Amino acid sequence: MTLGLINANPVVHERRERLSRADDPPHYPYPHPHPHSHPDDVLDALDVFDSVRDIRDPEHPYSLEQLSVLSEESITVDEKLGRIQITFTPTVQHCSMATVIGLCLRVKLMQCFPPHFKVDIKVSPGSLANEEAVNKQLNDKERVAAALENPNLRQLVDECLYSSELYSY
Amino acid sequence: MELLDSNVDLKELQKLQGHADRVWGLAWNPAPHNCGGASAMLASCSGDKTLRIWQMGPTHRFDCSTILEDTHTRTVRSCAWSPCGKFLATASFDSTTAIWKYVGGDFECVATLEGHENEVKSVTWSSSGTFLATCSRDKTVWIWEVQPGDEYDCVAVLQGHSQDVKMVQWHPLVDVLVSVSYDNSIKVWAEDGDSDDWHCVQTLNEGSSGHASTVWSVAFNSSGDRMVTSSDDLTLKIWDTSSAISQTDTEGFASWRHLCTLSGYHGRTIFSAHWSSEGIIASGAGDDALCLFVEEKGNSIEEPSYRLLLKKEKAHDMDINSVRWNPKDQRILASASDDGTIKIWEVREIS
Repeated sequence: MTLGLINANPVVHERRERLSRADDPPHYPYPHPHPHSHPDDVLDALDVFDSVRDIRDPEHPYSLEQLSVLSEESITVDEKLGRIQITFTPTVQHCSMATVIGLCLRVKLMQCFPPHFKVDIKVSPGSLANEEAVNKQLNDKERVAAALENPNLRQLVDECLYSSELYSY
Repeated sequence: MELLDSNVDLKELQKLQGHADRVWGLAWNPAPHNCGGASAMLASCSGDKTLRIWQMGPTHRFDCSTILEDTHTRTVRSCAWSPCGKFLATASFDSTTAIWKYVGGDFECVATLEGHENEVKSVTWSSSGTFLATCSRDKTVWIWEVQPGDEYDCVAVLQGHSQDVKMVQWHPLVDVLVSVSYDNSIKVWAEDGDSDDWHCVQTLNEGSSGHASTVWSVAFNSSGDRMVTSSDDLTLKIWDTSSAISQTDTEGFASWRHLCTLSGYHGRTIFSAHWSSEGIIASGAGDDALCLFVEEKGNSIEEPSYRLLLKKEKAHDMDINSVRWNPKDQRILASASDDGTIKIWEVREIS
């Protein structure tokens, strides 16, 4: 951990106006005893985005959406194959928080979507100096599992996830 | 009739449930009769911090006979039996390796190996019974010598990998060790005849036709002249040591060369591969599929090659972390998954 913020002056954006969806609740509440099945409701990028947009940045009291770390366009979903791909853009080139953001995304997705979904998380190309190394670590499930057993790291992730309750609708 | 030439299928015999988290590793007891006359024993280790032992009963079904818990404080990542079948080693993310001894129908923790700075990823017992090896995210491989009275002395701390070491495996015949890593390389370690110093005798990386991403597992064939590695680069690689093999010549195992690469069979990281005594290679991957490969019997002038015998899609509901052949019954295979289950399979010829 470095002293002082990596990015002391982030650019903050307005939260995009939320489109209201019919039958508001998230499509895959998890854990849930019975899988939610609405033939008309196809899991799409917006569903995934809705689950992660309010995650708080590890360093600033703003959501990942507000800091333009994430957008709906940066998410791809294939429900049939059971795949989710997320690309995120750290606010600065030398962001040591990238792995923490990646962890937060993984935990939130594990909580919101069925366990068989395969999730790939990457930083957007060109956004980080050590892009390859970070992507490798973010997608090594053994490293992720071990990191989440680290109480300090787990606490930081939980803070980023649960403070989003301030923003929930 | 040779199995390898006929059509086969993989029949699911049983699904073992009980672990409360993903199952990371499996190990068949090589001498189960030494544990109270059992006919087959399978150890499984999990993110639920426990190790379970499954024993085959009179009806050929497996039941969970033992749960080893309250010892490791984090994920148990890997387990390995001693050649005599009476000891079991468990490696954990809590940075320790525990040694369990079969005593009067139960398993007692008789030793704890400490020293790694962080998560231990793998443990392996040499076939001579003399050595244990462990590896860790701390980038090192440790070699431990088994002493009388359940004592274990660390005889070497091997540095060389530049990243997390994922797995270590002893050669089936001689005291030569192979390690595979997040640094994409494979390293071969042996004892210097004169000085009893362990050192790296060979490194197989991308330049030597090696893997382009993390190498997750390594396994030898029963004669010890071939090994298979599996990787995040979505391939399996077969390696061959062409030197004459004798029981005592460890130098023969320091010159491995790339024989063959199997690609296009798995769409996600291949976490595990294992070689049966009959020569069938099983692989399990993050695409939930299980594959079987055999050597192509053909023109003896050409380089040996391997072909797909069978692919079982959706063998599990989630990633497959480990595949292990039963050493006592070469048609029986066990697989372990993120879905928390273990499956027992039988390879059968179909007419």
